[in-house]
Amino acid sequence: MLTKEQIAQRIARELRDGFYVNLGIGIPTLVANYIPAGMNVIMQSENGLLGMGPFPIEGTEDPDLINAGKQTVTTVPGSAFFDSAMSFGMIRSGKVDLTVLGAMEVSETGDIASWKIPGKMVKGMGGAMDLVASAKNIIVAMMHTNPKGESKLLPHCKLPLTGVKCIKRIVTDLALLDVTHEGFVLRELAPGVTVEEVKSKTAGKLKVEGEIPQMVF
Amino acid sequence: MNKVFNNAKEALHDIRDGNVLMLGGFGLCGIPENCIAALVEKAVRDITCISNNAGVDDFGIGLLLVKKQVRKMIASYVGENAEFERQLLSGEMEVELVPQGTLASRCMASGYGFPAIFTPAGVGTEVAEGKEIRNFNGKEYLLEMAFDSDFALVKAWKGDTMGNLIYKETARNFNPLMAMAGKITIAEVEELVPAGSLNPNEIHTPGIYVHRIFKGTNYEKRIEQRTVRKAGA
Repeated sequence: MLTKEQIAQRIARELRDGFYVNLGIGIPTLVANYIPAGMNVIMQSENGLLGMGPFPIEGTEDPDLINAGKQTVTTVPGSAFFDSAMSFGMIRSGKVDLTVLGAMEVSETGDIASWKIPGKMVKGMGGAMDLVASAKNIIVAMMHTNPKGESKLLPHCKLPLTGVKCIKRIVTDLALLDVTHEGFVLRELAPGVTVEEVKSKTAGKLKVEGEIPQMVF
Repeated sequence: MNKVFNNAKEALHDIRDGNVLMLGGFGLCGIPENCIAALVEKAVRDITCISNNAGVDDFGIGLLLVKKQVRKMIASYVGENAEFERQLLSGEMEVELVPQGTLASRCMASGYGFPAIFTPAGVGTEVAEGKEIRNFNGKEYLLEMAFDSDFALVKAWKGDTMGNLIYKETARNFNPLMAMAGKITIAEVEELVPAGSLNPNEIHTPGIYVHRIFKGTNYEKRIEQRTVRKAGA
């Protein structure tokens, strides 16, 4: 089973030199901690910053410099600021190479639900609908099951959708899976996790073909 | 031509009950603090607010919400405001949740003179209900209308007496878009300088979009999530 840090660590292996990357709130944010040494990856924050750096040193925080999670951040050399329309312009026109976001549910056809629990949680979709509708390369980082132990990988999403047929890859605490026209396809297992466990915790159609490699940390 | 006003109260003198207002800012970053305080003092009611967020319970647009001055809120993310969530779930306030990029583009369209835009955001979701869908090159897009607002209230870092504006860092966000979109745009700035003092190459919002400008005071610039690391870490 992977910790949240290990989910982020596994996703970080998908990064390539020169990638422009947008990281969502939660586990996705942790991906920034595992950028391979020597690799130049530029972080985009949809509130209007390219070249986001780490949190500021205590005492130097600047209220005018935050990320999309409203956290105080810094810039790296070569950074740029822009308005919110341009920010989503670069997302919509496919300039951002990788988007990592969290989800409440993903369906076997790649639909995602992540923004609303009717009658309960009304926080709004923020930029998530724009991101999933346009990003060419989206990885979902989430737990395989919800706190009640129910599968989050479903035949159809039960919660209101954020986007349809847009998710291609998921990394959970149990496995790395791709979403194809045949449903979820198991690609890698977390250490100590069996194919049977993934099968029992995946409600949607799951394809398992051949020997499934185990992730190494 | 005189665009310069002494303070928020004078600049906002003709805002009325029922007006549609755009308010710049992302979270509490780059919000028009002085204008919001003046709206609270003025006690205008039944206003429609177009803003990415709704502030927090005791700051930003939250100050208008607790006084029940907002009839309708158009926003993309309102997660940090318990009073907002209460008024929404109880039906006291009308809410239109809009994807963030769509919100930005509906402001932009207004400022550029486009009646509407097509965006893929929200296709296949409840956001698409009742909206025209068009297929371009095999992909579906929603028709989203440009915003129509009475006033845009924006915050800039520096401004001159001609209304030219420069924003600071991520406090830019929705401000330049809303500045372009307001029927009447009111800008509050940290530094107000004579025309000619700002480098024309560095202007973000040309003064033609700004009808009124004043120097704001007592900026609190509250931080929502103070995240830091230790020196040397």
